[in-house]
Amino acid sequence: MKRYSSGRLAFTWLCLLAGLLTGCAAPSVKPDTPMLTLQTSDAAGVLNRVTWGASPALLAQVDQVGVARYLEQQLHPVAAPLPATVQAQIAGMTIAQRSLEDLHLDMERQRKEADGKANEEEKKSARQAYQQELNRLAREAASRSVWRALYSPNQLQEQLIWFWMNHFNVYQGKHNLRAMVGDFEERAIRPHALGKFRDLLTATAQHPAMLRYLDNDQNALHHINENYARELLELHTLGVNAGYSQRDVQELARVLTGVGVNLGTGTPRLRPELQARYVRHGLFEFNPTRHDEGDKQLLGQTVRAAGLAELSEVLDRLSRHSATAHFISSKLALYFVSDSPSPVLVERMAQTFLQSDGDIAATLRSMFSSTEFADSLGHKFKDPMHYVVSAVRLAYDDQPITNVAPMLNWLSRLGEPLYGHQTPDGYPMLRTAWDSPAQMMTRFEVAKVIGSGSAGLFNADGTAAQRPASFRQANPKYFETLQKGLSAQTQEALKQARAAPEWATFLLSSPDMMHR
Amino acid sequence: MKRRTLLQSIVAMQLGGSAARLWAAPSTRTRLLLVFLRGGYDAANLLVPTSSQFYYDARPNIAVARPGSDLVSALPLNSDWGLHPALRESIFPLYSAGQAAFVPFAGTHDLSRSHFETQDSVELGQPLEGSRNYRSGFLNRLAATLGSGAAMSFTDQLPLVLQGDLQVPNMALRSLAKPSLDARQSRIISTMYRDTDLDATVNQGFVVRDDVLRELNTEMTAASRNAISTKGFELEAHRIATLMKGKYNIGFVDVGGWDTHVGQGGASGYLAGRLDELGRGLATFAREMQGAWRDTVTVVVSEFGRTLRENGNRGTDHGHGTVYWVLGGAIRGGQVLGEQLAVTSASLFQNRDYPVLNEYRAVLGGLFARMYGLNALQIEHVFSGASARDIGLL
Repeated sequence: MKRYSSGRLAFTWLCLLAGLLTGCAAPSVKPDTPMLTLQTSDAAGVLNRVTWGASPALLAQVDQVGVARYLEQQLHPVAAPLPATVQAQIAGMTIAQRSLEDLHLDMERQRKEADGKANEEEKKSARQAYQQELNRLAREAASRSVWRALYSPNQLQEQLIWFWMNHFNVYQGKHNLRAMVGDFEERAIRPHALGKFRDLLTATAQHPAMLRYLDNDQNALHHINENYARELLELHTLGVNAGYSQRDVQELARVLTGVGVNLGTGTPRLRPELQARYVRHGLFEFNPTRHDEGDKQLLGQTVRAAGLAELSEVLDRLSRHSATAHFISSKLALYFVSDSPSPVLVERMAQTFLQSDGDIAATLRSMFSSTEFADSLGHKFKDPMHYVVSAVRLAYDDQPITNVAPMLNWLSRLGEPLYGHQTPDGYPMLRTAWDSPAQMMTRFEVAKVIGSGSAGLFNADGTAAQRPASFRQANPKYFETLQKGLSAQTQEALKQARAAPEWATFLLSSPDMMHR
Repeated sequence: MKRRTLLQSIVAMQLGGSAARLWAAPSTRTRLLLVFLRGGYDAANLLVPTSSQFYYDARPNIAVARPGSDLVSALPLNSDWGLHPALRESIFPLYSAGQAAFVPFAGTHDLSRSHFETQDSVELGQPLEGSRNYRSGFLNRLAATLGSGAAMSFTDQLPLVLQGDLQVPNMALRSLAKPSLDARQSRIISTMYRDTDLDATVNQGFVVRDDVLRELNTEMTAASRNAISTKGFELEAHRIATLMKGKYNIGFVDVGGWDTHVGQGGASGYLAGRLDELGRGLATFAREMQGAWRDTVTVVVSEFGRTLRENGNRGTDHGHGTVYWVLGGAIRGGQVLGEQLAVTSASLFQNRDYPVLNEYRAVLGGLFARMYGLNALQIEHVFSGASARDIGLL
């Protein structure tokens, strides 16, 4: 596959072909931007890295359009429909039908009613019902996320959403965050995943999930809580050892006083002179009564007292800070290139980040066009999310599965459930975190379940298997081609398979499938 | 504190000979379980400085009361320290039996106050200055130095502390499932990894999987016969004991949920619940080790302590010095050991938290030297550049 870019004609033709399933949109590349130059012709390699896993249909699509143009489209995604059956599943979800504000009011009502029951037995079961509803909402969010990873045509965007959800990690087990994680992903992360870092940072800083997770809803004048302030510097922007001090953390915590949530319908009583500074949208609330109105000293500069505008000023500074540019660039390179990206690559990305005012797509673009990216293809060890999603994409390709519950279960067993990382650092990016003996054993078990077709991916929830789902027969020609690209040892093992399910088990257990 | 130090040295002289004989046992018989409390647990409410008025002033809502006759007061350890009442049935009896000790003002000199940075730093166990090898944890180096027996991490992923030159297996014990791959399939999968950098990992994975299930199969049958119904950390601890009585002589497990910025409670409440579960688990471990408990040392650590003053939300923020626990059937327990200071506002580090007077590499180095009879060169391999200090734990 030597075609790095291709003309409009081929693209249109592909749309006709693939449009039924995935929908097609004209690439929104700006006319004055020169086409991305890739330093490789390995389309499958690129796809395995920039998507949730190459599959026969995707390869055919990219074969037509050219991998460079495909990548340009991926960097500038436009709305594209999911397969109809999948779209219907998502449309039926509570989190898709109701706003967080509505949902939250309902949940709070349910919680208070449960707590108010006089009969102990009734109270217990009402509380259980409340907890189960929270679990169900979080599960909806996780399911939606996995559906999109599997079938969204905007594969790079979906990977970035996972990446930023991890970067701005929140844990669903705290408070009632289970009702909020879906909205956090949908409204704080998704719109900005390939946009400006500053917008992304601001959206997270004003989302109730983040403010509750890192206790900033508790942070007020004379009741300082510095949890969010510290992680905002250490994990979200500058990075640890970037030269800020304990004093900076404390000063940022002062900036953040009063930045919180309002989970009710009422508004607090304010002194007349403070009313103009009160801000509320959705569950987010800035309460000037709780805010420390003194000047602050952050990173050697004065932040003049200005209510919520102080935060805006600080986020501006942080998102344009050179340390942030380097920290974010190096984390992106860890995720998309290797466990030890060169300082040269990180510097190049950081410069793009700074020059483009924190444009995430532009930063990625400078990474994709590097030789280091090209040379790294096939060598990055998959984390569990990549392993699980790529296995299912490979196995069933464009036949949409109907049940993602088994996948959520595998992600838990492999130690990387969505919204399940308790601490704000998110899941680790390095191979050493995931390639332990126990992890490999569990992956082989998952391979066998998928390979043998007994996973229940085509079941409706709670029903017995409707059809066996061994995947080799689905596209024998593709798998014959695929097989030729595998290592000699993997090919040798595949020859020893006694039946199709075993063949599939070995393929999904192979070293080739563990890397992207 | 002088009086206590003197007493200790007298006791040490009297017991020195016999203890030395005991701990010079072959290193494979000696067992070590390291328990890491991730999140920086609030050590000042575990080991309560009951003689400090400052502690009570600084924690108007979350302090644990001085020892008294009720069930919500600290359990008396000595004239300066008390134990959280949630440990009344679990750790307090061990302390009273001389099988539990505490080391306050312990920790690392790393000052980032970041969970992640500090955990990594402690797990690496390398000097803070100079270049570090980020793939070499101190427990891995200890296992390599001993050169006998087997280390094992009872976790889903292999933690940094056990990463390194020696290939160490891991397996979480919370929930166990019978493998579905048969022997032939397992063998064929192994062959795919021959000559790859995952070869040893995969092979070891299969071996350990079979080992663990064989061992725990017996345990599970026995458990159901005795109708033991435990869950959470207690169940894990029970299983860890089964495995550490057998083949594995260096173990690691971590317990999360200690980052109590908000509403941590005092004698009861959130932190009390965590301590209760941890304490019951450790007591179960001690009991289930049976005769091997005499050859076992359990060390409980955390990345840092928390602010001595409670914050505005009845919680505590990231601090510095913490308290290590040391448990074992033949340790010199029933003491609060290591260098200590009276807890006052003046003795706080940066007017905020406990100082570190007992640096972890020195303390653990001293402990390992006694446990395994390691010489200075061997200790240097585990904790390079540290001056191991024997604070009388063994």
